[in-house]
Amino acid sequence: MTITIAMPSAPPGTAAVREIESGAAKISVRDFDFFYGSAQVLHGITLDIPDQQVTALIGPSGCGKTTFIRSINRMNDIIPEARAKGTITIDGRDIYAPGTDVVALRRRVGMVFQKSNPFPKSIFDNVAYGLRIGGLTDKRSLREHVEKSLIRAALWDEVKDRLDDSALALSGGQQQRLCIARALAVDPEILLMDEPASALDPTATTKIEELIWELKANYTIVIVTHNMQQAARVSDRTAFFMLGRVVEYSDTKTIFMNPKEKMTEDYVTGRFG
Amino acid sequence: MRRSADDRLFRLTTGAFAAMVLVIVVGIGIELTRQSMLSIQKFGWSFWTGRTWDPVAGEFGALPFIWGTLYSSLLALLLSAPIALGIAIFISELSPRFLRQPLAYLTDLLAAIPSIVYGLWGIFVLVPIVRKLELLTPEPLRRLPLFHGPPLGVGMGTAALILAVMVVPFSSSVAREILKNVPSAQREAAYALGATRWEAIKVAIGYGKTGIIGAIMLGLGRALGETMAVTMVIGNNPQVSLSLFTPQYTMAAVIANEFTEAADELYLHALIEIGLLLFVITIVVNLASRLLIWSTKKRAAELVVLASPATKEEIAA
Repeated sequence: MTITIAMPSAPPGTAAVREIESGAAKISVRDFDFFYGSAQVLHGITLDIPDQQVTALIGPSGCGKTTFIRSINRMNDIIPEARAKGTITIDGRDIYAPGTDVVALRRRVGMVFQKSNPFPKSIFDNVAYGLRIGGLTDKRSLREHVEKSLIRAALWDEVKDRLDDSALALSGGQQQRLCIARALAVDPEILLMDEPASALDPTATTKIEELIWELKANYTIVIVTHNMQQAARVSDRTAFFMLGRVVEYSDTKTIFMNPKEKMTEDYVTGRFG
Repeated sequence: MRRSADDRLFRLTTGAFAAMVLVIVVGIGIELTRQSMLSIQKFGWSFWTGRTWDPVAGEFGALPFIWGTLYSSLLALLLSAPIALGIAIFISELSPRFLRQPLAYLTDLLAAIPSIVYGLWGIFVLVPIVRKLELLTPEPLRRLPLFHGPPLGVGMGTAALILAVMVVPFSSSVAREILKNVPSAQREAAYALGATRWEAIKVAIGYGKTGIIGAIMLGLGRALGETMAVTMVIGNNPQVSLSLFTPQYTMAAVIANEFTEAADELYLHALIEIGLLLFVITIVVNLASRLLIWSTKKRAAELVVLASPATKEEIAA
């Protein structure tokens, strides 16, 4: 890929800091760098993600948005030779501070992946998995939590009569909603979604988008998407990533209608990408 | 024109070689049956249940050998399965990268050691150790059927131990392969829900369950047919006993030991009939285990095609 566009002259991230307005920041990112071995893939990311809103991360392939979202629950830890610099704080606590309990962090920060990845178990056991490893054994309580999570993920009506069937028998869209239910079951505060609808047909995509819209009442949602219409539809705020930097971060409306940076405009109007 | 003719010739030759495998297997089956006709006709089903093996009187019952083979193999499996799985998990999930290859290679090397060497090692090293352990066994334990009999050193327990060592590389390398095939998305799903490393590994094992069972059964197939090392340490005494201390006998061992001594036709046919049964058992066990392994790999592969989990490059991107 050869992109011959000059990087913006302002230091990356400053636009973001300037533009914090409504709502307290749930997640604050400051000068965050990320490396795979010697290759630096994120450069000085600085932005604030507000509580109970949907923040979309957009940008061309390879711009670092997936790496960034996986940094918020330290999912990149499992990749050998991955290394982070800078800080990400959630509710004021630095999640990269030494001695951070990563397991506890990941229970607070749920994640939904690009491809649905249910376990080869029953629908019930999938949703109950996080609860069980968290130590919940009481059958009634498990049932209640599973039901609640499936209702929240808008899947309950479709599966309530076959909770013991294999999760793999569900359709792609249903599997993805099951994965959302599974993530919601452990009662996270933040929900990270890495292109959650990219493998789905339009109807299933619409369902997921409606769901995201409903979920934001209770969760802070960060979503990576390739699909700009989707970002425009579901998000309150949008960050445009490019070559490992945040080019612009603002209200979704501003990003799409009235972007400050030329590069953002070129991207959202489809001139490259 | 000529080149396509070449292609056809090539396909025919290689195809013929492939077909030969099938022909050989079927041929062995037919020949074994034909060559054991005398014994099959004379004893019928009672051959499999008879406990007397008396070549002089011309009376042949194969039960002690069948028992010896199945019992020693199952014991070996009980010992080897956790070890093999442990090795596979360590290599594929926990070991530092630079140790992975050498460790995998070393385990595979265990499979390359000739079984006669295992046998010699068994006689000179394992048997004295087992004998000492047997002597140390406290009296109350010795009254249990499992530890009954004189502390000879040679016997069922020693055979099971040596079989276990021989089987480990087979089971562990297939189990390793299975774990490698588990999509990383499965582990990530577990991690994202707050799983510890061990819990994520359990998810991977759960995903590859059938294949891992197949891997262990593949070890069983290997243990069933193992001859030399077992013959050297099991004691070669046809009896049906639960005791680990008692010298027993296996199907493969009796064929190896007595084939050259089989003076009359019936004796020979009886031995070959044992071979026939061993042949059938190992084929069934191997087919079943291959089927399990294959079904797991296929499922993993389908998932990758359907949903191709984020590759390293994508994550890095």
